[in-house]
Amino acid sequence: MRVVSTAVPHRKITHTLRSLLYSQRFAPFLFVWPFIVTFLLFFAYPAVNTVVMSFQLVLPGDVRFIGFENYHKLWNAQFRQALIVSTKYTFWTLLVLIPVPLVLAVFLNSKLVLARNFFRSVLFVPALTSVVVAGVIFRLIFGEVEGSVMNTIVGWFGIPAQKWLFHSETGMLVLVLLASWRWMGINIVYFLSALQNIPKELYESAEIDGAGVFDKFWKITLPLLKPITIYVLTISIYGGFAMFTESYVFWTNNSPGDIGLTIVGYLYKQGFEFFELGYGSAIGITLLALILAINIVQLKFFGLFRKES
Amino acid sequence: MSTRSRWATCLFLFFFVSLSIIVLYPLVGLLLASFKPATELLRNGLSLKLQTELFTLNNYSYLFSDAGRKYFFWYRNSLVITSLFTLLSLLLSAMVGYGLAIYQFKGKNILFVLVLVVMMIPVEIIILPLYKLTISLQLINNYWGVILPFVVAPLPIFFFRQFASSLPKDYLDAGRVDGCTELGIFFRLMMPLMLPAFGAMAILQALHSWNNFLWPLIVLRTDDMLTLPIGLASMITPYGNNYDMLLSGAVLSIVPIVVLFAAFQRFFISGLTAGGVKG
Repeated sequence: MRVVSTAVPHRKITHTLRSLLYSQRFAPFLFVWPFIVTFLLFFAYPAVNTVVMSFQLVLPGDVRFIGFENYHKLWNAQFRQALIVSTKYTFWTLLVLIPVPLVLAVFLNSKLVLARNFFRSVLFVPALTSVVVAGVIFRLIFGEVEGSVMNTIVGWFGIPAQKWLFHSETGMLVLVLLASWRWMGINIVYFLSALQNIPKELYESAEIDGAGVFDKFWKITLPLLKPITIYVLTISIYGGFAMFTESYVFWTNNSPGDIGLTIVGYLYKQGFEFFELGYGSAIGITLLALILAINIVQLKFFGLFRKES
Repeated sequence: MSTRSRWATCLFLFFFVSLSIIVLYPLVGLLLASFKPATELLRNGLSLKLQTELFTLNNYSYLFSDAGRKYFFWYRNSLVITSLFTLLSLLLSAMVGYGLAIYQFKGKNILFVLVLVVMMIPVEIIILPLYKLTISLQLINNYWGVILPFVVAPLPIFFFRQFASSLPKDYLDAGRVDGCTELGIFFRLMMPLMLPAFGAMAILQALHSWNNFLWPLIVLRTDDMLTLPIGLASMITPYGNNYDMLLSGAVLSIVPIVVLFAAFQRFFISGLTAGGVKG
């Protein structure tokens, strides 16, 4: 008797479990649960928390709301400097890292270039290095001593030896060169993947109509690359304003006159060196507002909100 | 071939060879520097001259001496974290992307919008509360603390979703008729079809994890737990860099990722193209 009474529910449970595995209504949950769980725990919860913390003074055992005080505190020379550095860096990296890879990708997609696959791989290789490795070697190349690689090269043109990482302009130049070096190949891959999706017939029919190389580039290639360009632009704006490691490696988190201080660098300093978690959160929220604002303007400019696209 | 296009071919070849030399120089420079005495680099920096007479293996023997032992802890940590992260991230993101592509269910669109939101908001903004959370979960100075918060990654989900929506649906019905469970269909029928996507994402995720800096810098606290980038960065100090460890260490740290790239690279561009990351 007892055996039967325990066996039946048991069989019932395994039966329901088995039918769940076959159920097409339950199936989606079997697949998407990892995202739901990690989204709630590691994204939504911290995101809400950072908004709350930005209005708080957070000290061990003493957490209280202080209104907008953290945001008022943002009005200081150091934060302004961080804003300027991040904005300049983003501006220059965008100026280099959108048009140059686009044109190179068009070249690398053309039959006129021999050993295309070889050059694609070579240009991608820098992306395999970490910022730390790249930073170490760029520090050596742009060394301040007279015999360093870059000082030798500029010497050929009669330019005196520079202390590259001690001045704001040359420091920014080295940062942008490092970014261009590491990211060029990745952006080329993005543009190439989009180029290969453009139907060849479009070019063929344009040729029949007598279109030249430049006509084809301006009237077919560029418009059809618009979606990927917007994508690359969006992630580059994000990457530009979130830059931290590059300047950390160049100046070990303390650059002369804060010439390498970025917004995330400032956030890191406040949060993990001075334990100002509330103030750090306010910096983070400001950064978020900035990135969102710029991206909305950018997307509007490219007409992404219009119905047709 | 016309004369004009022959000229263009030569010009392009010259252009790309020069560009390749410039692009590869920093890596060649790193390799050369790793054979130079650390004292020489501290005093005179890296020079354009080869100075082969100065070449020495001292930097490498330093790594393998007692003083360099921690370097191999970092190496082990990086290998473990990157392997776990890449495997888990591919499996979970492929499941989520596949689920979003194949099934019709309530909230599907909301979930997809949330994936895009995660993709667009920089993680740097939430690192302070995430750090607090990691402390309360007792994952500080722990591999899982580095891995778990970012293991279900939005870009691979997005990519796998694009890829899975182009898969032939007939396989689904065939699998169901043959009595396969829904998970069985995914693992036995669909996953093999998604191999190009796995190849492309494996490179991207491994690269990301191997070179990741900010989050491991925050989570990992003791010298023996650091990953390669954090450990190497700790060799850069305001009082002079430990070039003997930094340069040989940097060279060896690139090796696994180059091997991985060489093995998977033929999937890389073809995989990305097939999935159609069109933005």
